Amino acid sequence: MWGRLIALIHKEFLALLRDKASRFVLIGPPLIQLLVFSYAATFDLSNIAFVVVNDDPGLAGRQLLARLTGAPSFHEIATLPSTDGIAAFIDSGRALMAVHIERDFTRDLLAGRPGPVQIIIDGRNSNTATIALNYANDIVLAFAADWAASHGTAPPPASLITRAWYNPDLLSRWFVVPGIVGLLTFVVTILVSALSVVRERESGTYDQLLVSPYRPWEILLGKAIPGFLIGGAEAALITAAAMLWFRVPLTGNPLALALGLALFLISAIGIGLMISALAATQQQGLLGAFLFLVPAIILSGFATPIANMPVAVQYLTLMNPMRYLMVILRGAFLEGDGIRALANQYWPLAVLGLASMTTAAWLVRRRMY
Amino acid sequence: MNGRRLAGLITKETLQIFRDPSALGIAFILPLFLLLLFGFGVSLNAEHVPIGVVADHPNPTTDPLVAALRHSRYFEVRPLAGLGPARDLLSRREIDAILWLRNDFARQTLTEAPATIGLIVNGTDANTARLVQGYVLQAWMIWLAQQNQAAARPLGLSVALQFRIWFNPALRSQDYLVPGLIAIIMTLIGALLTALVVAREWERGTMEALMAAPVTMAEILAGKLLPYFVLGMGGMALSVALAVFVFAVPLHGSVLILALASALFMLVALGMGLLISSLARIQFVAGQIAIVVTFLPAFILSGFVFDIRSMPAPVQMITRILPARYFVSILQSVFLAGDVWSVILPDMAVLAVMATFFLGVTLARSRKRLD
Repeated sequence: MWGRLIALIHKEFLALLRDKASRFVLIGPPLIQLLVFSYAATFDLSNIAFVVVNDDPGLAGRQLLARLTGAPSFHEIATLPSTDGIAAFIDSGRALMAVHIERDFTRDLLAGRPGPVQIIIDGRNSNTATIALNYANDIVLAFAADWAASHGTAPPPASLITRAWYNPDLLSRWFVVPGIVGLLTFVVTILVSALSVVRERESGTYDQLLVSPYRPWEILLGKAIPGFLIGGAEAALITAAAMLWFRVPLTGNPLALALGLALFLISAIGIGLMISALAATQQQGLLGAFLFLVPAIILSGFATPIANMPVAVQYLTLMNPMRYLMVILRGAFLEGDGIRALANQYWPLAVLGLASMTTAAWLVRRRMY
Repeated sequence: MNGRRLAGLITKETLQIFRDPSALGIAFILPLFLLLLFGFGVSLNAEHVPIGVVADHPNPTTDPLVAALRHSRYFEVRPLAGLGPARDLLSRREIDAILWLRNDFARQTLTEAPATIGLIVNGTDANTARLVQGYVLQAWMIWLAQQNQAAARPLGLSVALQFRIWFNPALRSQDYLVPGLIAIIMTLIGALLTALVVAREWERGTMEALMAAPVTMAEILAGKLLPYFVLGMGGMALSVALAVFVFAVPLHGSVLILALASALFMLVALGMGLLISSLARIQFVAGQIAIVVTFLPAFILSGFVFDIRSMPAPVQMITRILPARYFVSILQSVFLAGDVWSVILPDMAVLAVMATFFLGVTLARSRKRLD
């Protein structure tokens, strides 16, 4: 029996890897996408362009500006004579931020009063604006603390010290790259399995399989195992690239990651086979795969946190295998999680895998007779 | 180009659309479904972040700070007994941050030595971590001001920093995500609508019949383009209506500019689909290419979620060949800032060039030949 199964799997691999274009589609785009998307998908601001209006003739204003221009993520593009010119820069998007130091800044500081500074930020991209605001706030607070220390004014009665666990420099690349590992594995696995049954049906070879002495579950396994192996190899390749090229540390247990990926692959293949069993043509299979992929990616916590979604949508995400994979990937990569810490992610994946595989088996059988 | 012949082709194509309602589904049901799902599902505004507060010795000085956090809509405060249990909760992802008021806090605030408040955030999601840090900082600064006022001391902070956020003062992430989403969805729909139409004729063998008919290639392509253009613009109007009336995104610019930019973008998207379709000739390959070159790049590289200005220079160059990038930029400006000509004109010019390019190449590549 195992010999028969191996023959079936062998045939499936031949069908997938036979021609050059299919081989390329499985390996090329995922790697290219990993490279481009990992560099592109960042929430960190590295180049905040700002303009300056300095009405303050004194020293303090210049010191504050020196701190801003000296900060690696800020980049001064122009000094304007008055606030009238600000709108042109912000509207056109040439500057994200405008800093206006008012006339009495140094005088107020020397007199022990708080010196007025105004910062204008382009809010069209609200997330960029929030982050720029926090960066600017940090720099101004540091300036204020140093000024107080060097001029003998009373320091603030308390100071806030922040420490970030798991990702001390708050690099969003560390958050995004493990997510991309999951994203690409997901897309490849779903596409491979969603087209597997329907391709045979369309080219008429499915009937040949049916009259061969295979049992339905053998046919299903023969379709599932190649998808599993390809998805697993793809995941291993991308994980290696994430660690070696992007230098994202894998602090947790690699076995915990492997277990999570394996469980995820089973549920993804189950869903892919369900789509494949329902579709009559490859066209429908592709559309079905796509209609499932897009919401599953957006509602997985890959780019925007699930906690921010409305409660009803949050319940919907419980059915999404990507959701659990995202926690497993980030837990294993960044938070140093082992198998025990991720148990709450494993069992829903196992349940989803079992449910989708059973449904797929039922659908395949039903479309046989 | 002959008007009567073109009208005939358009009638044929329109009949085909109405007989197979899947095109109508792609144009109207798909944007409705995607926009509602993503509009409600995608948000970067963190609210009700669970934060653990560890006060080694509860005292009246720190009460206002904890109360400020408790009343803020950004936080869900959980008082915890000690740092040990708090660390456990953080590592189990049950809380996202810990505010640690050390045991000497009250004593130190009374003396001159500055007391320290420790904030520990889970940095895995760097973006949310940074937002949490910003929110706590704001609460802390307000508390500081109150403390100083109560003690009649000079303000410990020597700079009065005032922020003004233009275009989106409440920093509502939906206001910038929803216009971007419209661009993503329209990229998808434009390409899906036309990617299959020429390939379908090749596959079914009806291309030969069309070629034998006394019409020029330009007329055949125009006959394909115009009905789907009308369909796509219908989907666009529906999306804009949803953005304004369901998601309450302000529309500051003029509807005319919006319509003009959308029409240009629709031509680009349809032209891209037509080109893919006439190059591939097989529906499966055409569909695959349409999805690979449209959705994922538009999602990640268009500036819809991830800011293009933060990307490395080579990646920024890649984004320049994406039509979605220009449309996202126009939409975000027209919705939130108004008719900003310095943004709209250059972007529209690029879209016009792209539309000409795609339609021109499609026309040049389409010959009345069967090989």
